Amino acid sequence: MKKIIYLSFILLVSIACNDAELKASIERGAVVYSESCIRCHMSEGIDTNERYPPLAGSNWLTEKRKETIHATKYGLRGEITVNGVQYKDIMIPMGLTDEEVADVLNYIMNSWGNTQKKKVTPEEVKEIPKKMPR
Amino acid sequence: MKKHIGLCLVLSFFIACAQQNKQKGDIALSSQERTYSIESVVDGLDNPWGMTWLPDGSILITEKSGELIRFNNGNKTTIQNVPEVYNRGQGGLLDIALHPNYSENNWIYITYSSSEGNESGGNTALIRCKLSENSLTNIQTLYKAAPNTTKGQHFGSRIEFDNDGFVYFSIGDRGERDVNPQDITRDGGKIYRLHDDGRIPKDNPFVNQPNAKHAIYTFGNRNPQGMAKHPSTGEIWMHEHGPKGGDEINILKKGANYGWPVISYGINYSGTKFTNETARPGMEQPVHYWVPSIAPCGMAFVTGDKYPEWNGQLMVGSLKFNYIELLKLEGDKVVAREKIAEDIGRVRNVKLGPDGYIYIAIEGDGIVRIIPE
Repeated sequence: MKKIIYLSFILLVSIACNDAELKASIERGAVVYSESCIRCHMSEGIDTNERYPPLAGSNWLTEKRKETIHATKYGLRGEITVNGVQYKDIMIPMGLTDEEVADVLNYIMNSWGNTQKKKVTPEEVKEIPKKMPR
Repeated sequence: MKKHIGLCLVLSFFIACAQQNKQKGDIALSSQERTYSIESVVDGLDNPWGMTWLPDGSILITEKSGELIRFNNGNKTTIQNVPEVYNRGQGGLLDIALHPNYSENNWIYITYSSSEGNESGGNTALIRCKLSENSLTNIQTLYKAAPNTTKGQHFGSRIEFDNDGFVYFSIGDRGERDVNPQDITRDGGKIYRLHDDGRIPKDNPFVNQPNAKHAIYTFGNRNPQGMAKHPSTGEIWMHEHGPKGGDEINILKKGANYGWPVISYGINYSGTKFTNETARPGMEQPVHYWVPSIAPCGMAFVTGDKYPEWNGQLMVGSLKFNYIELLKLEGDKVVAREKIAEDIGRVRNVKLGPDGYIYIAIEGDGIVRIIPE
């Protein structure tokens, strides 16, 4: 019984820590977003001119995690489909560090109605190769 | 009497219309049928930021990532010994221009974001150098803005020369809207003027103010990414990005304050206001402004005989809406606006080549030119 209480306690602490870490990452990510993303994706994650794909409610965030990290880290060009709509433009690489990529994605994935339990970590970003098999 | 009233009504209608027409930012943008074709000149470029032509006809192209390319007879050569750039956000290898007497002195001018200095991050620098056997030599730093910051926005930058041998270049506010642009003791949010060798002109506007940055020529600018000498007046024209709305065209005046962020036709990206004022005594009004923003990038006047209908008009690239805007001028008034090269892609730069053709540099694509039919 004692063991169970002890284990539960550890579990709770680690969840709490994880939450605190995610919260801090989201806060840092908000700054990165306002410096590097907001001009095109706007403050609500939706470009009302419809030139650039939405981040609010984007299926990439839930279905294309690796591609999303890759695009944030290395930029994007050519045709893509987001929520069933085709976009053809270019996003230049912003020159963000792995930690900033993780932070800004945690912000994006937890803003404007987006929710994502699995935190993006700098380690995960680091593992994404520049040339990714499509 | 009735007739008089009628005439008065007609007259006031005309006056009202005429006045409305004069309102800045409110001139309709027209689109004509294409009387030209668009021809690819250079392909396979990522972010062709600056371009200029050497006397032998080859094009020098800066890639924001830090590569300097010489394009000649269909071949690209990478120029060696280019300074390392701080390639972050909007920073990197930026504009390039030849000295007006290049054929005699061989000086090339380049702006880029540089990490030189004690702080981490970067800020905009202007260098001049020479080109020898596809390598940069004699590199001299003429100006380096301080301090460095890791912020990714608003480095400027464009370079232009006037008829009196001065070089002008722009540096954006570096993401410090409320700190830099209105403070002449700080770099950022300014247009600078130097002698061609980097000396500070004795008649620069703030040379007598002890703590001011003496290279400053104008202030209260946000992020100017277009600059061009007017073909007949010799004045330096420029445009600058607004935030959400409020992109501007301005004419450089010594010591002038263009008002950012005290006055602006733009609002915050979030939709909130940072100022209620669009005008204030002692602050310049723009020649033209855009709401919503088109994200102006690259600026040039149409001259020469290739495009008689467009002669004297001002070209501005739209990074956001993928076209070139042609602004018809009467003096310093915009009287008509036309879209050309629609759907061309994200326009980084527009220039008139030495062959008289309009060259457009496009992100993720390359350089094209406009051939009249």
